[in-house]
Amino acid sequence: MTRFHTVRAAVGLILSVAVVAGCGSSGDDERAAGNEEAAVIHVGSLYEPQNLSNVDGGGQGVTEALNGNVYESLFKLTDDGELENLLAEDYSVSPDGLTYTVTLREGVAFHSGKPVTSEDVRSSVERVTAESSQSARKSSFEPLASIETPDERTVVFTLATPSISFPYNLSYVWIVNTDAGDLKTEEDGTGPYTVGDWTRGSSLSLARWDEYWGEPAANAEVVFQYFTDASAMGNALLTNEVDILTSVQSPDALAQFEGNPDYTIAEGTSTTKELLAFNDQMAPFDDVQVRKAVYSAIDREKLLSSIWGDYGTLIGSMVPPTDPWYEDLTDVNPYDPALAEELLAEAGLPDGFSFTLDTPTYDPHPTVAEFVQSELAKVGVTVEINPISADEWYTKVFQERDFEATLQEHVNDRDVVWYGDPDFYWGYDNPQVTAWVQEAEQAATPEEQTEKLRLVNRQIAEDAASAWLYLHPQIVVSSSDVSGYPVNGLNSQFFVYDITKG
Amino acid sequence: MNAVARYVARRTLFLLLSLAVAMVVIFALLRLLPGDPANALLSVNATPEQIAAAREQVGADEPVLAQLTTWVGQVLAGDLGTSFVSGREVLPDVVDRLGVTIPLTLFAFVLAASLASVVGFVAAYRANRWYGVVLSGLAQLGIAVPVFWVGMVLVWILALDLGLFPSGGYPRAGWAEPAEALRYLTLPVATVVTVMTASLARYVRSATQDVLGSDYLRTARSLGSSLPHAFWRHGLRNASVPVIAILGVELATTLLGAVVVESVFSLPGLGSMLVRAIAQHDYPSIQGVLLVTTFLVLVIGFAADLLQRVVDPRLRRRTTGTAA
Repeated sequence: MTRFHTVRAAVGLILSVAVVAGCGSSGDDERAAGNEEAAVIHVGSLYEPQNLSNVDGGGQGVTEALNGNVYESLFKLTDDGELENLLAEDYSVSPDGLTYTVTLREGVAFHSGKPVTSEDVRSSVERVTAESSQSARKSSFEPLASIETPDERTVVFTLATPSISFPYNLSYVWIVNTDAGDLKTEEDGTGPYTVGDWTRGSSLSLARWDEYWGEPAANAEVVFQYFTDASAMGNALLTNEVDILTSVQSPDALAQFEGNPDYTIAEGTSTTKELLAFNDQMAPFDDVQVRKAVYSAIDREKLLSSIWGDYGTLIGSMVPPTDPWYEDLTDVNPYDPALAEELLAEAGLPDGFSFTLDTPTYDPHPTVAEFVQSELAKVGVTVEINPISADEWYTKVFQERDFEATLQEHVNDRDVVWYGDPDFYWGYDNPQVTAWVQEAEQAATPEEQTEKLRLVNRQIAEDAASAWLYLHPQIVVSSSDVSGYPVNGLNSQFFVYDITKG
Repeated sequence: MNAVARYVARRTLFLLLSLAVAMVVIFALLRLLPGDPANALLSVNATPEQIAAAREQVGADEPVLAQLTTWVGQVLAGDLGTSFVSGREVLPDVVDRLGVTIPLTLFAFVLAASLASVVGFVAAYRANRWYGVVLSGLAQLGIAVPVFWVGMVLVWILALDLGLFPSGGYPRAGWAEPAEALRYLTLPVATVVTVMTASLARYVRSATQDVLGSDYLRTARSLGSSLPHAFWRHGLRNASVPVIAILGVELATTLLGAVVVESVFSLPGLGSMLVRAIAQHDYPSIQGVLLVTTFLVLVIGFAADLLQRVVDPRLRRRTTGTAA
């Protein structure tokens, strides 16, 4: 008897699965109907937030999904790298550059309904600068001495030393409700969306907020769908489960969309630099000639095209084209193996030398490492590739400085200032550059700041402080009926409010 | 009956003991991993003060023994702790993920077991016919093929080419919309079924072959019983004892192996939670997932043991003998 039950149950199960399989097409029809209304935008991403907070290790996914969409700052860094007023209606700087007085926009309220006051701004900034804060931006607020709130709409920031990047740095500070609960699990922002459902490991939805102070979002809902695997994400676009991919990190994944009129491939300007970073404190890389020799021995053009085909840009220094102080410096250290050999001989290493290259195990570093290895072999330099995990990199290279050379991608804009910090992991120490970086930060005008950072830019290139191999491309792929998305995605931001479909 | 109860009690005690040992092992192994859990919370620009604060926050600055007792105490109170990274309790997250992993495993298991019984039996019973040979060959092939490859081929044909199923992901509503949930689970289940049927079928085949070649079956046939009848009456029970043991192992393997399938299909299951947690050094989450899976695997083993005893009276007698 029991056996027959089992058989019947099994048959039943097989039948029900078959029926469900048959239902598949009807489900697609429903979705297609939704598409016509252009109401819901499905976004595919590899970066699921860890939590909802950007000062508690939420990761880059938090910025991607929430920055500008759910939370807003006093100032906004646009997709073109410009700084605009957002929750700040206006601001003024005292002549000595030490006092910033910000007037808040009127009529702005949090999703909870509470109006935004200067007190919220103060507590939001203090949230970033707090002892327990894990914000990457914390150190940029070191010049900040005090915050006063003379009235509900005015915030006065007093600095100990001038900091021309202050408004820019504020563009990373979310204005959150002082009274909000646990911001790791709940949100209370002022942006055009509220957080809807979050299915861990799967998706996070943003719902349009009807009481938004500014122009309402062009779509009713945006669903971020998270993938752990790039090809699974590509497949989801091919089967219309998502409408757009925030960033494609592998050229192989692009091939299936190239030349297909159903898809649009947008190449923006990224700020992600692929670096061969030397330990400038350690022989032989403490010698400028050696660093220049290594840099000139690598055919960057060939490297970039072998990794990215026609995408990506060559750079000759740390500055990406979206930074105001960009200058094309690719010729300062040209690809020239003969020159490389000459420089090595001048440095007293006519027979070359050997070094260990700490290589993060994830793409594209292993490929880059092998390329560098074969290029340097041609000028007599032996490279031993040491694969290390991201975690080990952090401990061994970044914290302990226990390395000769390493590969790393540096993702943010305005990263060039790290060359003014002799204590940064690569140990580049040029007092002149340090002074210029400080002067730039304390500059009275943006022009002066730009002028100083251009000097920095050129000097580090001439010193080959690191070997800047190339700028990653920033690629967004979408169904061709989708428009209104940001293409540059500066610092992992991805504004979704203008996206429409159909 | 008393003996059976005593047997169950003994096995339960053993299960609890195993769990206790597993807890210590899981805990100890994690602490041996290189890297610092505080790193998970920090960016490249972290200051030493931030690092110290993060270590304090995750409790990494406490002595290891204190960390272990804290954890054991929590677990006994029915609490798996709070994730370092998400700030959420681990238990509800694990339960959520089980809602994906358990149906995936069970559906695949039931289908594969049914299919494998038929395939294995036919392959043994008709070993000399062409289809018997083909089935054996297919089973062999199925074992040689990696799970992710099967998954990719199924996605390629059924999702990308024919558009019958989604290529991955999981509906937001989850089991609130059972039809949708099943639709998203179909390809992952099919993937596991393909691989699992192949390996199970081989066991069924060899168990059936043993029975077919046995003396008692020959005796039954010499007494005038037809082969199907003789197998049904005398063989099935004997063939199922080794098969049940394998089924238990196979079920546990599928549960543990779900991680690959979950990653190919971007399913929010326990496996993907574990992989992510390991990458982030999120000890409470890793410990929680491992503890729950260990528990499930032990229970499966327990159940398979009991089932074998139900099917085979000789095993029962042996138990009674030692217990008496």
